Amino acid sequence: MGMTLTEKVLARHSGNESVKPGDNVWVDVDVLMTHDVCGPPSIGIFKKQFGDKAQVWDKEKLVIIPDHYIFTEDKYANRNVDILRDFADEQDLPYYYDVGTDRYKGVCHVAMPEEGFTRPGEVLFGTDSHTCTAGAFGEFATGIGNTDAAFIMGTGKLWVKVPETMKFVFDGEIPPYIMAKDIILQIIGDIGVDGATYRTMEFAGTSIEAMDMEARMTLTNMVIEAGGKNGVINPDQVTYDYVKARTDHEFNPVHSDEDAEYHSVYEYRADKMLPMVAKPHSPDNKATVEEVKGTELTRAYIGSCTGGKFSDFVAAAELLKGEQVKLDTFIVPASTEVAERLRTEKMNGQTYMEIFEAAGAEIGEASCAACLGGPSDTFGRLNGPEVCISTTNRNFPGRMGSKESQVYLASPYTVAASALTGKITDPREHF
Amino acid sequence: MSQDKIKGKAFVLGKNIDTDQIIPAKHLVYSLEDPEERKFYGRYALSGVPDAESGLPQGNIPFTDPEKFESDFQIVVAGPNFGCGSSREHAPESLMIAGAKAVVAPTYARIFYRNSVDGGFIVPFESVRDLSEEVETYDELEIDRDKNEMKNLTQGTSYGLKPLGSVAEIVEAGGIFEYARQTGMVER
Repeated sequence: MGMTLTEKVLARHSGNESVKPGDNVWVDVDVLMTHDVCGPPSIGIFKKQFGDKAQVWDKEKLVIIPDHYIFTEDKYANRNVDILRDFADEQDLPYYYDVGTDRYKGVCHVAMPEEGFTRPGEVLFGTDSHTCTAGAFGEFATGIGNTDAAFIMGTGKLWVKVPETMKFVFDGEIPPYIMAKDIILQIIGDIGVDGATYRTMEFAGTSIEAMDMEARMTLTNMVIEAGGKNGVINPDQVTYDYVKARTDHEFNPVHSDEDAEYHSVYEYRADKMLPMVAKPHSPDNKATVEEVKGTELTRAYIGSCTGGKFSDFVAAAELLKGEQVKLDTFIVPASTEVAERLRTEKMNGQTYMEIFEAAGAEIGEASCAACLGGPSDTFGRLNGPEVCISTTNRNFPGRMGSKESQVYLASPYTVAASALTGKITDPREHF
Repeated sequence: MSQDKIKGKAFVLGKNIDTDQIIPAKHLVYSLEDPEERKFYGRYALSGVPDAESGLPQGNIPFTDPEKFESDFQIVVAGPNFGCGSSREHAPESLMIAGAKAVVAPTYARIFYRNSVDGGFIVPFESVRDLSEEVETYDELEIDRDKNEMKNLTQGTSYGLKPLGSVAEIVEAGGIFEYARQTGMVER
């Protein structure tokens, strides 16, 4: 009996020849990632449990990327970054990316691949639910809490229950107006926000193989929105080229066996996909854009680990170039690298930033910003009964700041098309 | 964690209560170690739930009075997929700080469940069926872990709970650190 990619990674890291779903195993951790919201309490637990003088298990394997509450006057939020800085100094951590310096990165899930920390065949834990994004690189990556993170800081290990794997196969050519976001919203709508609880979501098929790394990341990023423990895509040359361009660190890829056993297999035709939204107040509240077009909006938001990557902004710029937005439109690059590319790279003679500014959009600094609300002065935060269309990942009540607001999740194409009209608009009108 | 019965008033919620509703992101800035700041997690626990859905069936009942730091409710009864969304451990911890002892729901999101157990904050019991339309907020409940049963003293009924299974040892120990010490994985 063969094994899935997830099973192989967990077997290798627990010193077993093989593992099967339901096994509880202790795994060795390759990388632990934390940020400014959950880092300080994790550090607090680490010191309480291992002692004030304790050293982390391996400083080469701990990555700290402040990204959540960065551009705020909130004194408590700023104190959190101070705690991270002190800890990085005390532990002499090489991979701390401080705020207010040229090392600052922005959103951890986009910065991790940029810096070469997401590698095929590895085990990555992070104190953030969207850590599952890194599964796009063919590794086991999942979100954990502060206690588990503190445990890893001290021991380098964590217990894991081996998940069953659900397989989502896409074949056929992806139409030009369809983005990975449409595909994952379709899947979450089909299986529900708890449809993959305790399971791996594996994406496969010729349509997935044709995707670049950023599109693949959009898929694995949102598996948590279906309750998934992790998401994976089998690594290939696209993966290796991306990783090798960013790190010299060795890695050992694994792939799902042909005869691996799956919990279930879902097959889709990519060429039949339609532009999708998730209506308020749940990521599985699916509708085609066709079904909700004309819905009046007050705001558009393009950003976050889900929808603030370079290719997300390229898509938005294709529609916004030379046009004027009719809504308050917020542009938040996920990372400083993305922001730099938007400032310097051009589309038909204009930089991306110039395109957005000319269209009347407001541009924020790289960070998580309003995706999760945050402190009251957060850029783009929904502070009242707004109706927002957003490239972010969650639209549960109050997620972007106000219980009175309504959030529609959509692709960058759909958000940009809607920003131009003030109403939910089908991006196919532009193709 | 002792084998004593868990008794208290019920606070009832619907399905898919995500961790942003359990503790909204803007409150995640308080220190969990400073006793004066820590209290605020109790005040704001479940403050992200829309008013009409807070304390079912009637709604408009805050879990914690906005003037106080401790809740009048000790047992949260909810629909499926409790604790979905963000991995913030502040969620189960804020329920504990508010004075809750247990959550009873038919299913949980994985990270919330794991955080509750590994941090030793609250016990996440799985009910055999969804009780969110049977139990009412303010009902007096009593959980008997030996019998895997919850009595509703107000309504004179009882409900089955699933055994804790493979996490029982960690719950008994009081969290992953205590468990690891007992099993010799962590020294001290």
